[in-house]
Amino acid sequence: MQTVFKTSYDQDINLLTKTGEYIRVSIVILMMLAAPLFVDVYYLGELGLLLVYVIAGIGLMILTGFTGQVSFGHAAFLGIGAYSHSILMTAGLPFPVSVVLTVALTGIIGMLLGRSASKMHGFYLAVATLAFLIIIETIIGEWTDMTGGYAGYAVPELEMFGFYFAEVWHQYYLYLGFALFVIWGAANLLRSPTGRSFLAVRDSELSARSLGINVEWIKIQSFGISAAITGLAGVLLAHYLAYLSPETFGVLESLKLLLMIVVGGLGSIAGAIFGAIFVSLLPVAISILRDFLPGVVGEQAGLEPMLFGLIIVIFVIFEPEGINGRWKKLLHFFETFPYYRKSSFVRQKSYLKTERMR
Amino acid sequence: MSSLVVENLSIEFGGVHAVDEVSFAVEPGETFAIIGPNGAGKSTIFNLISRIYEPTNGSMHYGERDLLDVPAHKVIDLGIARTFQNIDLFEQATVLQNLLVGRHRRMSRNLFRDFLFIAGARAREREHRRKVEDIIDLMEIAHYRDQKIADLPYGARKNVELARALCSEPSLLLLDEPASGLNQEETDDVSFWLDDIKHDLGVTIVMVEHDMGLVGRVADRVMAINDGKLLAIGTPDEVRNDPAVQQAYLGTAA
Repeated sequence: MQTVFKTSYDQDINLLTKTGEYIRVSIVILMMLAAPLFVDVYYLGELGLLLVYVIAGIGLMILTGFTGQVSFGHAAFLGIGAYSHSILMTAGLPFPVSVVLTVALTGIIGMLLGRSASKMHGFYLAVATLAFLIIIETIIGEWTDMTGGYAGYAVPELEMFGFYFAEVWHQYYLYLGFALFVIWGAANLLRSPTGRSFLAVRDSELSARSLGINVEWIKIQSFGISAAITGLAGVLLAHYLAYLSPETFGVLESLKLLLMIVVGGLGSIAGAIFGAIFVSLLPVAISILRDFLPGVVGEQAGLEPMLFGLIIVIFVIFEPEGINGRWKKLLHFFETFPYYRKSSFVRQKSYLKTERMR
Repeated sequence: MSSLVVENLSIEFGGVHAVDEVSFAVEPGETFAIIGPNGAGKSTIFNLISRIYEPTNGSMHYGERDLLDVPAHKVIDLGIARTFQNIDLFEQATVLQNLLVGRHRRMSRNLFRDFLFIAGARAREREHRRKVEDIIDLMEIAHYRDQKIADLPYGARKNVELARALCSEPSLLLLDEPASGLNQEETDDVSFWLDDIKHDLGVTIVMVEHDMGLVGRVADRVMAINDGKLLAIGTPDEVRNDPAVQQAYLGTAA
């Protein structure tokens, strides 16, 4: 087992500490950079979609995993991002300007939602965000002049300063750049005062408040940054889809985002990434599975949502820390081999805590 | 240094007078203990001072400032930090993160700057870390530094909570039962720390405590309350020998 001998405070401030982490992260980044060289065009496109989900997952992770505010409405931000970017691009704005405006717009809408959600907890918050999603979905569907309604909306070509991202690998690198930036930013948040206040609000609003944290404002900020990042994912998703329709951004998409962070592991950036990988692979796995199942089961239309639900339930019961938790246990197993015990990760029961005063 | 002056403080929950016309003043630099039977309203007084509850009547001043003008999250800006009876730490964060949140009052925050980690973010983190390390040394919790709160034993959590309150460099510390659930040895440690905090850091301490041994050792003055009403204020011995206090604890002789 590698014990980190700390000689400087910087070691706790740095994003990566252990040699193993540096090696693993470098390998993953190098592999992602080299992917267009050896990956088939179709799968490269799927990898691009995976990166979109990584960004959206980190957006939701900041709100739900770090700040502890559940949201069933994040597909709405995906939708707002996708539509407003497409509309702005159609209006003739250059790509960078449109992206910045879109991210700002979704951020502001997120803050407005956060403003009304900041006094709500648990169940009520879930219902409020769900209502928000339905409202946005309806607006997108009915505002025919702007969005084309249910007939759909053609996304303009991805073009920047006269350069057309015509090839799949052009887009892929753009997505990769955005994804790395968002991952880096989220990691920065976690090591700075703002991120710590997010964690504080998640774990105890009462003591956060007594330590000088303006809980409502932190929630609004968290909703804002989370929505802005999800809006960015929406921008990229628009270019991936090339044609938008309102039902893309419905309840099922929200559920997918939630599934992603729960299965990946709440409360960690790695969890959002693991979850995105899982969610991107699941439809592929299900379509392969359909061929092997007897016709009655395999041709059922509801197979995918049912499996989504089933997987959430299984993870919540058997591995609340998600794939990331499994991964950490696996690492620990090898680092301490052969001394790993099952009880290494058993948590103590928490002590009496009052819920009376939030 | 400012003194805490509470006058005619009252709060009602429904028809229950949890705190009823209580007045007291805490002088700078003293250790002031609040005692009383269960349900007497001790913790309620703390929750009133830290502005979690809104009083139905009365006034509270800390130095020049009227506490009633201050929202709950600004109370610490006056220099008033507190701990909780049932330990209210950030369970899924490490000890170090908890203590750094304790520095929150002294840290500037900006969402965009923090997202990009620019404009001297690293230097600021280092500087606050140094302050936190001073408290870690004082409270002797260095070996817990990187552990999650959820993994810590009860006694250690108590110490971390006290350390977190100290990280904000308060001038007044509200301690809600600092020795509850601790064994004799740990209680002795607490009494030494309270002495250190009072003499080395010059912090005024107000504490709710049941352990009369500890109260006798560290408190300069004691206030006894029962059913929300003030019974007696004075030195520990005076209060212990007060007939009203004895009656409240032992019942009336039939």
